[in-house]
Amino acid sequence: MNHPDLTVTLGRLKLANPVMTASGTFGYGEEYAGIIDINRLGALVVKGISLRPRPGNPPPRIVETAAGMLNAIGLQNVGLTAFIRDKLPYLRHLVPALVVNILGETEDEYVEMAAALSDQEGVDAIELNISCPNVAAGGLIFGADAEATSRLTARVRAVTKKTLLVKLTPNVTDITVMAKAAADAGADGLTVINTLLGLAIDLTTRRPRLANITGGLSGPAIKPVALRMVWQVARAVDVPVIGVGGISTWQDAVEFFIAGATAIQIGTANFFNPTATMDVLEGITAYLTDCEVTKLTDLIGTLRLS
Amino acid sequence: MDKKQSQFQTDSNPKPGITEPSSGSPRHIEAKVLANRRITNDVYHLSLMGEEIAAAAGPGQFVMVRVSQAVDPLLPRPFSIHRVMGARFDILFRVVGQGTRILAKTAVGETLAVTGPLGRGFLLAPGRALLVAGGLGLAPLFFLAQDLINRGFCRPDEVTVLAGGRGRADILCREELAELGVRVQITTEDGSLGRPGLVTSLVQEQLDAASEPIRLYSCGPKAMLQAVAGLAVAAGCPCQVSLETGMACGLGVCLGCVVRKADAPGPAYLRVCREGPVFDAGEVFSS
Repeated sequence: MNHPDLTVTLGRLKLANPVMTASGTFGYGEEYAGIIDINRLGALVVKGISLRPRPGNPPPRIVETAAGMLNAIGLQNVGLTAFIRDKLPYLRHLVPALVVNILGETEDEYVEMAAALSDQEGVDAIELNISCPNVAAGGLIFGADAEATSRLTARVRAVTKKTLLVKLTPNVTDITVMAKAAADAGADGLTVINTLLGLAIDLTTRRPRLANITGGLSGPAIKPVALRMVWQVARAVDVPVIGVGGISTWQDAVEFFIAGATAIQIGTANFFNPTATMDVLEGITAYLTDCEVTKLTDLIGTLRLS
Repeated sequence: MDKKQSQFQTDSNPKPGITEPSSGSPRHIEAKVLANRRITNDVYHLSLMGEEIAAAAGPGQFVMVRVSQAVDPLLPRPFSIHRVMGARFDILFRVVGQGTRILAKTAVGETLAVTGPLGRGFLLAPGRALLVAGGLGLAPLFFLAQDLINRGFCRPDEVTVLAGGRGRADILCREELAELGVRVQITTEDGSLGRPGLVTSLVQEQLDAASEPIRLYSCGPKAMLQAVAGLAVAAGCPCQVSLETGMACGLGVCLGCVVRKADAPGPAYLRVCREGPVFDAGEVFSS
């Protein structure tokens, strides 16, 4: 059998394969360049960018938990101007599609950033982060409110022709409500899910183990939650769903495709296994070959319920 | 990195004879365990095979070691490189939790996933060197002492190692240091070896007795590093400190290991894994 067809489509964007990196877990790509061939990725999602530079939260910012970790980085980043000036020249020449994750404190900031990035050659997609649990303004304020999600998505849609992804939070009662709001307002795809809000306590001091008190839980511990939400969202909307949350192996990835994901993002696994993206890519290829599935798209959403 | 705030202008402008620490691309390998032996009650000496890492490693750099293939504990652990010999590199670790308990049980012949060498190590310079170690902080300072001598920066008698600990079990590598021919002075808090008290008292004596500038290189508990840095500043001597923090990736992407940058106008943070783990003392301690 020939090499299986791994191409997938998100909006107008065609990816050579469905393996993406999750925002904030892969830096700006360069950091992994000596360890893996980053040009084999389907897409690279860069660390979330804000309009102005942000110093981030005070430490401690991370704590390990059972099969997972909490983080409260607070979106430390160089800001939009420095990103375009210093990071983009390297990124735009890479083979993988480039997705820029953006977070604004206000609707206007999201719109301003999306407009600026729309003029940039080499930026293939914009991922709206309306789900960061670790910043005071922006993020969750939009993502936990269907009306705000809808209005923000529509306003950004109006200023960009780039593929528009919206990254949803799991910290809501019914994620399908937010998913429909974003899809109806013009999103080309939905990234499901961001981290789950959590807490860890030091028994000696009885203080929170994160300076920010709470943080976002990621890693294998959250995979079943992410998988369930991807399945729910994929049934509720017509746009592609990008599955993310605890994916560490090719078996995890295949579960997400069966649940309805068109592509997947590898996040925390990059930290504990820097070759995770390549391991997953090779595993998916071998699985499709073994099962004699010629196109990955034939696997998507094939969950059998009876 | 902006070092204009630094107290130690001498190290901000490398002069001939000062070698920038290595910072090439890290490698990710499956490293075979060559030896894993207990050297004190709770400290182990682990030897790993890995030519790509051993060949590129400089003193002060570290490796991330995944203690097992399981996802609990999830994250790899950072360890300073203790020494390199040909294709082999060694680390010292203390059993403090779940991860190091698993690592202590790792048998010869097994493999561990290791990424390295990582971070910015010590900046080596000629002249008298004062290496100040607290407990396990001796691990990278032994590598440094070896490199200072082997690469011709110092004669053995120009290197003084001050080793402090709570008790005699905390004073590591005494035989290896003796073989190097460096001067060694020891303090223990319980007085079970060397002089009773804190290592900082020896630092002050060395600084007082010095007729020429000394370069300080230090690794140990944060309170000790801060005290050493303070003494160095007061004496006008350059001081490098190696910090330890929790980290997830070791590669500079998770931004989890940061420390506050000293003397910055607003909040600003430095990544221990990337801008460090070795810092000019003025970068991380306010004077």
